[in-house]
This record gives sequence, C-alpha cells and structure tokens, in this order.
Amino acid sequence: MSDSTAIANGAVDEAANAGHAEHPPYQRHHFESVAQQFDATNFAMWLFLLTEVMFFGGMFTAYMILRNWYYPAFVEGSHHLSIFWGTTNTAVLITSSFTLAMGVWCAQTRRKKGLVFFLLLTFVLGIAFLCIKGIEWHQEWVDYHVPGLHFSQADFLNPKLDPAVYNEYHDKPLIGGMAAKTEEYFFLYFAMTGMHALHMVVGIGILVFLIFRAMQGAYTEGHYTFVENFGLYWHFVDIIWIFLYPLLYLISRHT
Amino acid sequence: MSEQTEEHTAQHIVGPKVYAAVGLALLVLTASTCAISYVELGVFNAVVALTIAVIKASLVVLFFMHVKYSNKLTKLTIGSGLFIFLGLITMTMADYISRAWGRW
Repeated sequence: MSDSTAIANGAVDEAANAGHAEHPPYQRHHFESVAQQFDATNFAMWLFLLTEVMFFGGMFTAYMILRNWYYPAFVEGSHHLSIFWGTTNTAVLITSSFTLAMGVWCAQTRRKKGLVFFLLLTFVLGIAFLCIKGIEWHQEWVDYHVPGLHFSQADFLNPKLDPAVYNEYHDKPLIGGMAAKTEEYFFLYFAMTGMHALHMVVGIGILVFLIFRAMQGAYTEGHYTFVENFGLYWHFVDIIWIFLYPLLYLISRHT
Repeated sequence: MSEQTEEHTAQHIVGPKVYAAVGLALLVLTASTCAISYVELGVFNAVVALTIAVIKASLVVLFFMHVKYSNKLTKLTIGSGLFIFLGLITMTMADYISRAWGRW
C-alpha cells in the first residue's frame, strides 16, 4: 500500500512509475497478479501440509506394524475406548470443518457478519472437541489405561473386572504376555490423539486471532487468503481424525 | 515470457449447497463406518473402515480444501507428496515383513 500511494502522490519519477499498473493494496509487488499471489501462497500451504502428512505418517506406520504384531491387544484396548464419545467427536469435528468452509465462502463473498458467525461457531466446536477428548482421557486415567503413568494390565488379564465392557464384548483374558502389549496400544492412542489435540489447540489459537481480525473487517475486502489457508490447516487436522477414528475406535467392535 | 498461457486458479467459489451436501455425506459415512464395524467381516473390517476413511478424506480434500478447483501445480504437488508417503510406508513394511520372514 505504501509503495503505490507514494508513487501516485508525490513522485514525478516517470521511470519508477513506468509499468506500475493499478493493483489492489494487498498485492505484493513481486507478484504479477493477485491470482499469482494467491496460487503461490496456496502452494506453500500445501507444501507445509505435506510435511505434516509425513509427521503423522510416522505414527501411522508405527501403528500399522504394532497392530500386526499385537492384534489381540489392540482389539481389547480399543474395546475400552468409548464408541459414543469417539463417534460424537468425529461428528463435531466434521461439522466444524463444514462451518469453517462456510466461513471461507462468507469471506469470498464479502459477508462480514457471516464470516464472524461461522468462525465463532468453528471455535465453539473446536473447544467442544477438546472437552470431549478431555472427558475420554480422564476416563482412561480412572481406568488405569495411561501408559507409563497410571497403567495396569488388570482389565486385560481379567476382563470381568470391567463389567460394562465385558458384558458387551465378552473378551477373553489375554495370555502369554499379550496383556502387556495393550500398553503399547494405549501409548499409540495417547501419542496420536495427543498430537492431534495439540494441532487443534494451535488451530484454535489462530482461530481466535482470525475472529478478532474478522470483526475489524479484515478478510471481507477481497483479501481472504489467510482464511482460506487456515481452512486448509483445519481441514487437514480433520482428515487426520477421520483416519484416527476407525483405526483407534473401530478395530473390531463385533463380538 | 508474459505471452505464456499461465494457468491460475480463478479462485472458484464453492457455494453453501455443495458444502452442506459434502458435510452431510461425511456425517452419513461416519455413521455407516461405525455401524459396519459391528458386523463380522474378518479381514475386510479393516479394509472397509479404511476405504470409507479414504472416501471421507477425498471429499474433504476435493471440496472443503478446493482441490477439485485448484490448478495443476497444486494437484500434482499433492499427488506426488502422497505418492512419496505411500512409497515410504511400503518400503518400511517390506523391511519389517522380510526380516521376520516365516515368524508371523
């Protein structure tokens, strides 16, 4: 903005002015057009997301190998997760992706109130997701399913200790050291859902910033790249959960 | 140079109807993957669960993340990134499988 106004106002320097076409204030000078600027930023965001794919990919690979080795432990471990909260949380996160997509649409079509509304809704859903995750983690602490800190194999050596789960799945006791391997399942569970939740916390932080800026009228004057790229991040975190949900909660629910 | 035909994202605007349809499809798929996990399908339980997850992720990528409407550079970048990711997983698994050969 400062560059273009300086040239337009004072400078009589024709040489500097030459080739300086009209452009929106948010277009940086090293880009030929707004479209090019948008593409470059979008491309960079995708490169970042691909590094995130590799980051989570390491944990998914570890999951795959350990699941192949200790399948019975993984089945019984997953029986002790709450299918109700897991499914609810999936719905909450998918809905938050939808509301954020609507926010992007509001930014594109210059609806300031709509943008603030949908960003706030996304914020509330994000907080709700973390609260539900907190309820589940608390339950796992109570049940001695937190590896390294508060863990006991008792539920897997003697499944009848937890009548609610036993009555539904009639799990047999894990023998030959397999019960100890449930700790590895819960280790992966906490590592993966914990890393995912950390991404949610970061996302919610950025979202708060976006909400304040949107209330000041940013993003609805044609320059919505930040909202779009934040949307990419948020949807990416949603995709990670889309895979975590069946891998952690739905390993084998039939009896 | 400037005469080259450049392909830029025309910043295609996806509307609320598409978003609502995709959001609804995602919720339906979530419910169905949950329901199917209660049916005994042997090894296919994992196959079905992952297939549904891949469909859901594709819907999110294509519509919520606008990749369906993005330029070829973005599509190619994502494609090659996922290809490398799958390649790394395949090589890791090949190593693990062949080391414990016969001891599965």
